Amino acid sequence: MTDFRLPLGSLIESFVDYITDTFGFLFGFIRALFDGAYESVEFLLGAPPFWAIMLVLGVLAFGIRGWKFAVGTVVGLLVILGVDQWENAMDTLALVLVASVLAIVISVPVGILAAKSTLASNIIRPVLDFMQTMPAFVYLIPALILFRVGVVPGIVATIIFAMAPGVRLTELGIRSVDQEVVEAGQAFGASPWRILRQIQLPLATPTIMAGVNQVIMLSLSMVVISGMVGAGGLGAQVVASLNRIDIALGFEAGLAVVILAIFLDRITASLGSTDSTGFFGGLRHTLRARRATDAMASTAEPARAPQPVGEPARA
Amino acid sequence: MTDNIPHPGSIAVKANHLYKAFGRRPHEIVKKLKAGKSRAETSALGVAAVIDASFEVKKGEIFVVMGLSGSGKSTLIRMLNGLWEATSGTVTVGGTDITGVSAKELRDIRRKSISMVFQHFALLPHRTVIDNVAYGLEIQGMGREQRLAKAQTIIDLVGLAGWADNLPSELSGGMQQRVGLGRALAADTDVLLMDEAFSALDPLIRREMQEQLIELQAALGKTIIFITHDLNEAMFLGDRIAVMRDGRIVQIGTPEEILTDPANDYVAQFVQDVDRARVLTAASVMEPVRSVITKTAGPRAALRTMRDLQTSVTFVLNRDRSFAGIVRDRDVLKMVKAGETDLRSIIRDDANAVLPETALVDLVEPSVESELPIAVVDEKNRLLGVIPRVTLLAAIGNVTTNTGPLPVVMPPATISISQITDILGDTADDALLNAEGARA
Repeated sequence: MTDFRLPLGSLIESFVDYITDTFGFLFGFIRALFDGAYESVEFLLGAPPFWAIMLVLGVLAFGIRGWKFAVGTVVGLLVILGVDQWENAMDTLALVLVASVLAIVISVPVGILAAKSTLASNIIRPVLDFMQTMPAFVYLIPALILFRVGVVPGIVATIIFAMAPGVRLTELGIRSVDQEVVEAGQAFGASPWRILRQIQLPLATPTIMAGVNQVIMLSLSMVVISGMVGAGGLGAQVVASLNRIDIALGFEAGLAVVILAIFLDRITASLGSTDSTGFFGGLRHTLRARRATDAMASTAEPARAPQPVGEPARA
Repeated sequence: MTDNIPHPGSIAVKANHLYKAFGRRPHEIVKKLKAGKSRAETSALGVAAVIDASFEVKKGEIFVVMGLSGSGKSTLIRMLNGLWEATSGTVTVGGTDITGVSAKELRDIRRKSISMVFQHFALLPHRTVIDNVAYGLEIQGMGREQRLAKAQTIIDLVGLAGWADNLPSELSGGMQQRVGLGRALAADTDVLLMDEAFSALDPLIRREMQEQLIELQAALGKTIIFITHDLNEAMFLGDRIAVMRDGRIVQIGTPEEILTDPANDYVAQFVQDVDRARVLTAASVMEPVRSVITKTAGPRAALRTMRDLQTSVTFVLNRDRSFAGIVRDRDVLKMVKAGETDLRSIIRDDANAVLPETALVDLVEPSVESELPIAVVDEKNRLLGVIPRVTLLAAIGNVTTNTGPLPVVMPPATISISQITDILGDTADDALLNAEGARA
């Protein structure tokens, strides 16, 4: 073997050192921002009594998917309460929500950019590959240096780890919108922005929502790892049980993560579909049907248009 | 159909030496094509989709571009509204050159002058029928109340009354394309591009839509450029047809011109399968009338005419040369034998008279019902020609491909010449006959 060694690692290390020194104020600002966001969400979830949160989540579950899911949600939350992980679960939920929202806010516009420009897509794709496959622990190291111990390096590492499917599925969704429908927009003189807003985004919504769902699920798996850098919540419990070889605590904290995961997955999966499941969907459906009958009644009166020249074909 | 054009001569859309090539260096392909290279010779560089297409579409005309898939017709139509930019050549819509203008100007032209109907409807699935129909108006910047009112009018017009608040997915294919058509009509542009608009519909619905399109066109006077791969559809809809092959337009002409005078073997082969009965008109197959007399000529003159021409019927005209009916030899013979002189009692007015623009398909039924030949008359009921049953069959079956006239085949005489001559000789001499002729 030769003595030569590619100094890639030390290069990156000095790079991280450099930006820590130069942009320290910037990272301080980001730290304050993320910290503030986390604290507020955590306060919202942690301050009210457990039954109030349970009620809100139960109603949400009922509205989006129906009573069975609502019952399941409440039972799941009672289990979390029963194993005394309620506060940790709320901390984790706050962390997931903040990290997911930020990841989505970043990834959807990047995905749109990638869909609109092949050049951008070609640049973004390998970056995403890198972000997705680099072991998640590795992000924690520079994040720890840049943002110091606490919840913020956890959020940053989670965002980087989780945003890839958001970008990919947004790009895929927009690119796979029926080209003829996009052409229809163009043929009637719509601007690219209008086509994006009125045709591409609405038609890509199910795919984009699948991406959002994936972002949230990946966030949840990452927040456990961020327990190692002091992010608290269920992650800290899992790390503690690992250190103490505490099977009981490990299982209870792990089960709480699973319950949260199932809840978040089912909720976001339902948001992506356009069918009229759940109470909210049914409500939307009823409203539209009512509008239809109103419109029919009101258009029956005014002066008739030129004679219709054909009867509608029977479906 | 061509008579309905409101401003004859004024041009709605003009394509001038259009080329479209795809590939890394499209301009080089076009340069080589212009230098006389064939499409195959340039295929290494890329695909030449449209080669040197030039045509003019008159206002109020239905102009059909017909060709098989891969012939470049879809590329051609997309250059007419600038969805695809021409590699070379110009497109003029309503007097404005749309090639080489900015994206904003192009959008403006699309909003105001040219709309489009798509093969797979291309409706916005998340919007109701009325919002889809109003889409063009929305882009034009019309207020919500106003555009919904207008869209409702169009919905009634295309026969979708009562479906305004349904989603497209709740409609059948034919109805969805009515929405597509309504969307294009509501935009109120002079020019309508229709890209294989009826190809995805099943045959019965397709025929219904074609008929509706013709009615709408007659009522609204839009200029329609219609793309299709179906020759029968082209023949049915088109005032004029451009036949495309391998990116080039090989012939432009009226359906009858394409059918009776194909520009080359390709077109001839193509039109072989066309439903000739729907395209050819009475005027194009009728034969000159030879056996004809005036009403007042009397039975003896009628009989003579029939004897001389050896036919069993003769056409009878009124004093003003309008068509009165047909008489048959047997009836005339009886009349002559009985010594009567007034033809009127035996004129058969059940003979069928049709206008020259009647399609042959509409002549089949009368031909079956009556053995008498069909008379072709103009609006003033003047006799223009005659179509015997045999001629009709020959025309539909495309029996003769030469340009010479078909032999006149009138119903042959059913009574022998000698018998007629005998009767004519028995009952009167030539002097009497002449006198009768003079009275007439």
